[in-house]
Amino acid sequence: MTDLDQTAPATVDVTLRVNGVEHTRTVEPRRLLSDFLRHDLRLTGTHVGCEHGVCGACTVLVDGDPMRSCLMFAVSAQEHEITTVEGLGTQDSMGPVQQAFVECHGLQCGFCTPGFVTTITAFIAENPDPTIDEAREAVSGNLCRCTGYQNICKAVVRAAEITRERADEDGAR
Amino acid sequence: MTTRQFGSPVLRKEDPRLVTGNGRYLDDLGHTAYEVAFVRSPHAHARIVDIDVDGALEVDGVVAVFTHEDLDGPAADRLPLLIPHPSIVAGRTGHALAKEDVNHVGEAVVMVVARDRYLAEDAAQRIVVTYEPLRPVVGIATSRDGDDLVHDDAPGNVAAHLLQEVGNVEVAMATAPHTLTLDLEIERSACMPMEGKGVLAHWDSDEQRMRIHSSTQTSTGVRAAVAAKLQLPLAQVECIAPDVGGGFGVKIMHPWPEEVLIPWAARRLDHDVKWTEDRREHFTSSAHERGQLQQVTVGFDDDGRLLALDVRFWHDNGAYLPYGVIVPIITATQLLGPYKPQNYRVEFWSLYTNTVLVTPYRGAGRPQGCFAMERTMDAIAAELGLDRTEVRSRNFIQPEEMPYDQGLLFQDGRPLKYDSGDFPASLAKLKALVGWDDFTAYREQAEAEGRKVGLGIGCYVEGTGVGPYEGGHVHVETSGRVNVATGLTTQGQGHQTILAQIVADELGVSIEDVYVTTGDTRRMPYAVGTFASRGAVMSGNAVALAARAVRAKALRIAADALEVSEADLQIEEGTISVKGAPHASIALSTVAVMSNPLRYAFDESAKAATQFAGAFDPDKPPVADEDEPGLEGKDFYSPTQATFANGMHAAIVETDPVTAEIRILRYCVIHDCGTVVNPMIVEGQVHGGVAQGVGGALYERMAYDETGQLLNASFMDFLIPYASEVPHIETDHLETPSPLNPLGIKGAGEAGTIPVSAVIASAIEDAEGFPIRSMPISPTELWDLRRQHARTNQETA
Repeated sequence: MTDLDQTAPATVDVTLRVNGVEHTRTVEPRRLLSDFLRHDLRLTGTHVGCEHGVCGACTVLVDGDPMRSCLMFAVSAQEHEITTVEGLGTQDSMGPVQQAFVECHGLQCGFCTPGFVTTITAFIAENPDPTIDEAREAVSGNLCRCTGYQNICKAVVRAAEITRERADEDGAR
Repeated sequence: MTTRQFGSPVLRKEDPRLVTGNGRYLDDLGHTAYEVAFVRSPHAHARIVDIDVDGALEVDGVVAVFTHEDLDGPAADRLPLLIPHPSIVAGRTGHALAKEDVNHVGEAVVMVVARDRYLAEDAAQRIVVTYEPLRPVVGIATSRDGDDLVHDDAPGNVAAHLLQEVGNVEVAMATAPHTLTLDLEIERSACMPMEGKGVLAHWDSDEQRMRIHSSTQTSTGVRAAVAAKLQLPLAQVECIAPDVGGGFGVKIMHPWPEEVLIPWAARRLDHDVKWTEDRREHFTSSAHERGQLQQVTVGFDDDGRLLALDVRFWHDNGAYLPYGVIVPIITATQLLGPYKPQNYRVEFWSLYTNTVLVTPYRGAGRPQGCFAMERTMDAIAAELGLDRTEVRSRNFIQPEEMPYDQGLLFQDGRPLKYDSGDFPASLAKLKALVGWDDFTAYREQAEAEGRKVGLGIGCYVEGTGVGPYEGGHVHVETSGRVNVATGLTTQGQGHQTILAQIVADELGVSIEDVYVTTGDTRRMPYAVGTFASRGAVMSGNAVALAARAVRAKALRIAADALEVSEADLQIEEGTISVKGAPHASIALSTVAVMSNPLRYAFDESAKAATQFAGAFDPDKPPVADEDEPGLEGKDFYSPTQATFANGMHAAIVETDPVTAEIRILRYCVIHDCGTVVNPMIVEGQVHGGVAQGVGGALYERMAYDETGQLLNASFMDFLIPYASEVPHIETDHLETPSPLNPLGIKGAGEAGTIPVSAVIASAIEDAEGFPIRSMPISPTELWDLRRQHARTNQETA
């Protein structure tokens, strides 16, 4: 067994690209990506609901793929492009999934929502026109204790719709 | 014309913030605070022999390590028994840190404060606590036997015992043409909000003030408890519930040990201190609910009419009783649902076990009561060969019998008197929605395909909106911004939206101008909390009354200024105008300026209210004797009794003939919560409630072994339904307004959860042809039941 007294935890410099911006912090190598984002970068939109990768509240996009930031060390996320819920839109200019959640009442307490928003963003990038059943399947890896999921499923379909509408508008310009 | 907000599916004001990651939940605050980890008991029942903390103190970054010995004053005393009741014969509560013994796995023993949570956990691992294990009491039957005791001074493990009787059950039962007895069981589940508990304390040593943020359902309760425990004047303590990531009841309990310890440590260390509960802690050191054994004996006539109902149940209250006997009292009273039992006797024993304590979880005793009553209704129907809805119909309280007094005392100490409801109409709607009368054909077709289906039903009445009161404060700023404050807290119910809808209508302003604050004792120091589906009833009416006071004042000032009668004025979109003469108008913001006579012009709009700005009557003081400066109003809503919402659910389930897998094919809800403020939000509450009910019916249970270890204390093993497990929910509404409050609201928060176990049991029973008397039920259990019944049938044959 390692004696903690003998090996005071070493620190490492971790550089992450988050939402298009590079950040460097000196942290212990065991620092979780979720804690790094939340407490070192103060991007507190990423939430931690179970600390063991089941609930999905901490889901962020790593090079566009949804991953659980509570199961990843910050140091392992270097060299990758991280996107958090903050990178998907602002209150004045919401992303399509965020907009759809508002329109469909897809959230109540909002704690699990960032994990759904990131997961669904990745999903509709690959499935631009999902059915409601595909939507249900797509969100079946994230826990929500408030909504019963019905409006979340609706929001997935609506988000895809908004994405297409926006693409059409952009195309028309 | 201003669009009426009340009753419209207005999109939520809180959402743009929450969907973009701008929510502020407990652990999003206090980035520079010290963090806390706890050493918790690994034993269900043990005496503490020794605590050696030396190893922890050597860890770099550790600030302090505290045990019970370090606590001083009332903080060292036992935690309060929040709701005293005459039925409590042995009310025992724990200490903030265990003193001499531990009574459940997860009880806090040592608190470690460190620079961050990682270091606090490192240090906690190096603390050695020596225990002398005692025999644990696990399970209701074991507790009831009373061979081993949780608390030496609570004989028979009985915390409370209560008997209520209406009429004469013994006589009515003896003469009833038919009687049946049912033994029933419901297992434990838990609220499991996605955000656990959490506390952040900031001690200002210069001002000797304590500011607490807690992920709580009652900030006023936490504030008062901390002031008492830390012997601080109430005026020096403030408590704020920030964004709260779900509550469902567990956060109405207070003060949690950590709500005492974190402020205590912050003062002791003169530094911000924070604790964020992890998921395992939430499983083993917060609260569970639901566990009951029940025995129902019912007497009825040839038509299935109830003549006598005799219920005894044993309620598992866990290791301590801080929340009193609210849950079993609710079971005992709300069991009756929409029915008239004629003669009713209910007796319960609330029992200690060496497991996590039990406090209200969405539904709060009602799901168990509903289960007992509805299983009984189905049993009567089966016994007499009657349609299950027919038996229910014959026992309904009729609309013309409202208000209907059940003759019992409810959880608020007041009569269980239903204010409104139209049960026959609700049932008719439900039967139409689910296609009750066409089910025989549906089943035949399924059978032809080799499938097994069943139809189930459950009805409930929910006493909502219990007192004592909530308050509302409405303040119009000179900019026209309307600030609304109420003291109860929000965990996702959309209070910022529905209260803004109410105020916008009452005051005649745009909803965009209304800003609602909940759960902040700095803004509204008098409040009770969020529980019992009371948010819309209590705070909705309180803010409406406060807004009416503001409106009256604004009209009075405007009538003076415009030299017209108040009766001729209207307020629309923040402008007061003379009816029929819209050019004669004055902005509400201007009235706000005029309402506050000023000496100093701090901005452009304020100039108009300064002392040399205009004509005034030199014989009158600037603020009239009976008046106050400012355009604001405050009022409280305090009802004489609870309102009673109701609903009826039906489900069609399919059970796999081979694997006994259970699938919900359809789930239908009729819901009557009185006047609906926001149908979108009510619908969402129903969906979420049903989902939790489905969890409780088919998936969730607390798997304690005989030593009191919780074997499934993680989301890997405790099965909260994902989207794949929750059926599509079909809803229809009936609005019978409550006559008890100005807005006619009855509350919606908990409703969806209440009948689900009863409904699913009813449907499985219908599919399988044998009684379901214990919930939740897994495929394995159903498979075992099938074998059992096949064996019994064989033996009989």
